Amino acid sequence: MRQNIQKLGLIVLLGMSASGLFAQKIKGSDSVLPLAQKEAENYLKKNKQASVIITGGGSGVGISALIEGTTDVAMSSRKMKTEEKMKLRNAGKTPVETVIAWDALAVIVNPKNPVSKLTREQLEAIFTGKITNWQQVGGPNQKIVVYSRETSSGTYEFFKESILKNKNYMSSVLSMPATGAIIQSVSQTPGAIGYVGMAYLNKDVKALKISYDGKTYIEPSYANAKNKSYPVLRPLLLYYTKNNEQNVKPFIDYVLSAEGQRTVKEIGYIDTL
Amino acid sequence: MRRFIEKSVEKVLMASGAITSLTILLIVVFLFRQGAGLFRNSVVEENYSLAVNKTNPVEKLTPEEIKNIFDREIVNWAQVGGLNEDISVFRLNDITSYVSEEALGEEMQFLSHHLSEIVDTHPHIIAFIPNEYIRKDFKGKVLDVGKITPSDFFAGKEWFPTAQPAPLFGLLPLLLGTLWVSFAAILFALPFGLAVAIYLAELASTRTRAVLKPVIELLAGIPSVIYGFFGLVVVVPLIQKTFDLPVGETALAGSVILAVMAMPTIITIAEDAIRTVPRATKEASLALGASQMQTIFKVILPYCVSGIMAAVVLGIGRAVGETMAVLMVTGNSAIIPTTLLEPVRTIPATIAAELGEAPTGGAHYEALFMLGVILFLITLFISILIEIISAKQIKQQQ
Repeated sequence: MRQNIQKLGLIVLLGMSASGLFAQKIKGSDSVLPLAQKEAENYLKKNKQASVIITGGGSGVGISALIEGTTDVAMSSRKMKTEEKMKLRNAGKTPVETVIAWDALAVIVNPKNPVSKLTREQLEAIFTGKITNWQQVGGPNQKIVVYSRETSSGTYEFFKESILKNKNYMSSVLSMPATGAIIQSVSQTPGAIGYVGMAYLNKDVKALKISYDGKTYIEPSYANAKNKSYPVLRPLLLYYTKNNEQNVKPFIDYVLSAEGQRTVKEIGYIDTL
Repeated sequence: MRRFIEKSVEKVLMASGAITSLTILLIVVFLFRQGAGLFRNSVVEENYSLAVNKTNPVEKLTPEEIKNIFDREIVNWAQVGGLNEDISVFRLNDITSYVSEEALGEEMQFLSHHLSEIVDTHPHIIAFIPNEYIRKDFKGKVLDVGKITPSDFFAGKEWFPTAQPAPLFGLLPLLLGTLWVSFAAILFALPFGLAVAIYLAELASTRTRAVLKPVIELLAGIPSVIYGFFGLVVVVPLIQKTFDLPVGETALAGSVILAVMAMPTIITIAEDAIRTVPRATKEASLALGASQMQTIFKVILPYCVSGIMAAVVLGIGRAVGETMAVLMVTGNSAIIPTTLLEPVRTIPATIAAELGEAPTGGAHYEALFMLGVILFLITLFISILIEIISAKQIKQQQ
C-alpha cells in the first residue's frame, strides 16, 4: 500500500519536474491520504500547469514537516496540539487551519448481539477492562471480546482521546493490523466489539448507537454525522502557513469547492458543505 | 590465460564471501547499537517532565505508577507514598480549563507563567509538561524519574509503547508469547512430520513418493500471508466453535498454522536423516528376523535420532521468526500467556506492526530494535544447538 503510494508520488514528481513550476508538497495523515490523492488527480486534470506531490506518514509527521518547512501543506486527522502550535510560532510561522472533511468512527458488534446502544462511559469501561461481560450493559451472559487497531494507527489515538479520555486500553485487548481484519473478526465472534471508520460499515457487523450525555443515543449515519449530532466525529484538516498562502490556496479552494466536496463523499467521508 | 581466469574467479569468490560476512557483521552491530540506545532514554517521554507542587513529599515514581496515575487507576497520593489526598492530573491541553485563551497571550508568551502558577496553586496536582516551559523561576517541583533501566525492559510485564507520559516496554509478555506459540507448534508438527518422513523414506512406493514429495515441498512455497488469511477465516472460527471460546484468535490458532508451516522443514530434514542409515544396518536387522516395524522403531530411528533433533530445532527456528501468519491469527494481546486458548503477541508481530509509525530514534523505535536483538539471540542459540547436534551426528556415523 505504502509502496504504491510512494510510487504514485514519484510519478507525480517526475511529471511535474518537467513543467518547472512551483510544486506544492502535501504530507501527513494516512487517513487523509486517499482523499488528497483523489482530489489532486482531479485537480491536475483541470490545471495542467499545476503540480502536487503527496506523501503519507501520519499526522505527526506531516505537522513536524510543516514546522521544519519541508512541506507546504500538512494533512492531519486531528487538531494541532498546543506544543506543535508553539513550535510553529517559535519558527516565526502562523498556521492556517482548513477543515476539508469529517470522518465518523462507528463502534461495531456482532449482528447477533442484542445490545444496540452504549454510553461513552460504558465504552470507556469496556475498553479499559472494567466491564467484561455483556450482561453488565444489558446483553446476554457472554464475555466481551475487545478488538482495537494497532498502536501505530491514527484511529487508535483518536478513539483513545475521544472515548477513553486519554486512558490506556487494557492490555488484553486484541490488536488488529487493519480495519478489514477487525470487521472480519467481529463478524465471526459473537461477543466482539470494535471500532472502524464509518465508510467501512457493512452488513456483516452492527453499528451501535452512542451517547455522550447518557440520554440521547445517536446512530452513526451520514445525516447524523453531517449535522454533527453523532459524537465520535473527527475533522480531516489541511494546515499551511500564512506566508505561503498564495502558493497553496488554489488547490485548497478546489478541495472546498462543490466538485471537490463531491469527491469527499465518494471516498466515504462527510463533506463540509 | 586459463590460469589467470581461474585465479580471478578465485579472487571474486573470496571477495563476495568477505563482503557477505562483513554485511552480516554490520547488521548485527547496527542492531545492537540501536537497541542499546533504549537505556539512554528517560522514563518520561523525551523533552517532557512531570512536575508536582512544592509541598508534595513524593520524590520518585516508577513507570507503572505514572501510567496508573494518568489512567486514574491510582487516584490518591497515599498509594504512591504521599499524603492522603486525591491526585489531579494535568496535561498541556487541559490549560484552557484553567485559564482563558486570551490570558495566554497572542503569542502564548504567558504560557510558562501560567503553568508555574497552576502547579503552585494546586497542591495535589501532577503536571505533564514540555521542558521548554519550565523556566528558572518555576514554582513547582520537577520529579526525578530517571532513565529506563534494563530491569524495566527485561522484567517488565506490560507492553504499552505509546502510553503517555511514560511508555512501558516490558519484554516478558512478548518473549513468553513467542516461545509459547513456537513450542506448541513443534509439539503438533513433530508427530505428523516424523510419521510422514518415515513413510516417505521407508514405506512409500516410488510412485507415491514421486507425487507426495513435490506436494510437501509446495507447502513450503506458499507465502505466509496466505497461511495467515487461511488461519483467520478457517482455523480461528473452527477453534472458537470447538472449544466454545469467546474468541478464536488464540495461541492455539497460531501454533496450528505454524505447525503446518514448519512441517516441510521437519519432513525434509528428518527424511534425509533416515536415508543416511546404512543399508547394511537395516538388512542386518531384517536378516535377524525383525519385522519392518521393529526395524524402523528399534534400529533406524535410534540410529538417526540426532538428525531428527536437528529437524526439530530447525522447525522451531522457522516458527520463532515467522511474522505475518502469526500477526493475523493470534489476536496480538500483550499479556503473559497461561493457556493455549488465550490471545498472545509475538516479538516478530510486534516489530512488524509497530516499526512503521514509531518515530525514528525515539524510545519506542529503540525498544523495537531491542526486541530484534532478543530475536537474534534466540535464533543464534538455535543455530548453535543445530551445530552441536549435527557435529554429534557426524561423529556417530564415523
